[in-house]
Amino acid sequence: MPQPLDYLKETPSQTAGPYVHIGLAPGAAGFSIFRQELGQVIAGPDTKGERIRVEGVVLDGTGAPVKDVLLEVWQADSAGIYPHPEDPRHAECSADFRGWGRIITDFDSGQWMVETVKPGSVMGRNGRRMAPHLNLWIVARGINLGLQTRMYFEDEDNAADPVLNLIEQVDRRQTLLARKLAPGHYRFDIRLQGEGETVFLDV
Amino acid sequence: MKPAEFYQRDRLWHPPALAQDYKTSVPRSPRLALLSLEGSLSEITGPTFGHNDIDPIDNDLIRNYAKTGDPVGERIIVHGRVLDENGRPVPKTLVEIWQANASGRYRHKKDGYLGALDPNFGGCGRTLTDENGYYYFRTVKPGAYPWRNWVNNWRPAHIHVSVFGSAFSQRLITQMYFEGDPLIRQCPIVNTIPDPRAIDQLIAPLDMNAAIPLDCLAYKFDIVLRGRRSTLFENRLEGN
Repeated sequence: MPQPLDYLKETPSQTAGPYVHIGLAPGAAGFSIFRQELGQVIAGPDTKGERIRVEGVVLDGTGAPVKDVLLEVWQADSAGIYPHPEDPRHAECSADFRGWGRIITDFDSGQWMVETVKPGSVMGRNGRRMAPHLNLWIVARGINLGLQTRMYFEDEDNAADPVLNLIEQVDRRQTLLARKLAPGHYRFDIRLQGEGETVFLDV
Repeated sequence: MKPAEFYQRDRLWHPPALAQDYKTSVPRSPRLALLSLEGSLSEITGPTFGHNDIDPIDNDLIRNYAKTGDPVGERIIVHGRVLDENGRPVPKTLVEIWQANASGRYRHKKDGYLGALDPNFGGCGRTLTDENGYYYFRTVKPGAYPWRNWVNNWRPAHIHVSVFGSAFSQRLITQMYFEGDPLIRQCPIVNTIPDPRAIDQLIAPLDMNAAIPLDCLAYKFDIVLRGRRSTLFENRLEGN
């Protein structure tokens, strides 16, 4: 017998269930408990950059909206800097910028909306710049392990993005592009399954 | 040596997206394969939290929603450490929990179960781990409750747990179960996890050493997040 490898195993995931809002967004569950709810403001009033609004809906394999989903956003500021010590430029990150937020869908329609600033491009691996994108994490009843994806902008130059170019089926790349409805206003629908299924990532 | 990417997630240890016996997963699971990425700055960073974000009472579910007195139910402490796969503590990370009350009823406008609401129990809490990755909560033990899957499915008593770690690719939500609960092995959500050893990892043992005599019992629940490689024989991620 060789020596045992002494790594621990990652705690296995379980679905967030239908009542995820109680813990992560109690206001949406219908009650007030904490002095402040986390994740409501990604970019504060003093954050630099173009203000944008993104709206969308998450659809299941039958095309029905998922009404109990919770999304989290993680993004760089308008200069492409993450407010995190691992970013070599983090000291220059815009003031008043958290980079992280929680999005709750409307319980009746499944529609969601988020306000933030448009991220700048971020340096990727091997010196290849990534086009501006939001990192998204999606949990809900029926989702056993949170789904990761990215949202890119159709009005940016995405041609050289190293992640989009990894998607073998070229037609599927557009599932990660937010449609521009008006200046500063985008639409991004996520399809969990079936026709037009969004590309999900193992990161 | 600065840490680089995270270890690949073992997706045979986690539940698969599609688990037929958990019915809601059928229309909510992707049919196509995930696209695997090597870590970039977008994956190895994530939100950070500090003591300005939360209040000291936020980890005490017996008091953080009390209106007229203490909630009804079995008083317990839930405590443990957040570690990575290398066994290193994950300090200053946000741990959030939510749960039903002792009747199995959630304080959520969508929960119509006939188990009674408790006017003194909200059912959510949050805390930051200390420099050793340690966290603790005080709460009441949640009750089991029925759910519409098969006609007579009941969830075992559980507490939902959300953890951040230091990077967005460590983000994890799971559920903690209680040692000895006979509903655990019957539950289609528990059984989405294929390996019984992985299920055991979600079952918190009774911890008499942490119980407070004549006051409350305790359960210990350690949480393991993904670990990171060190940068051996290679260039670091660009920009690092």
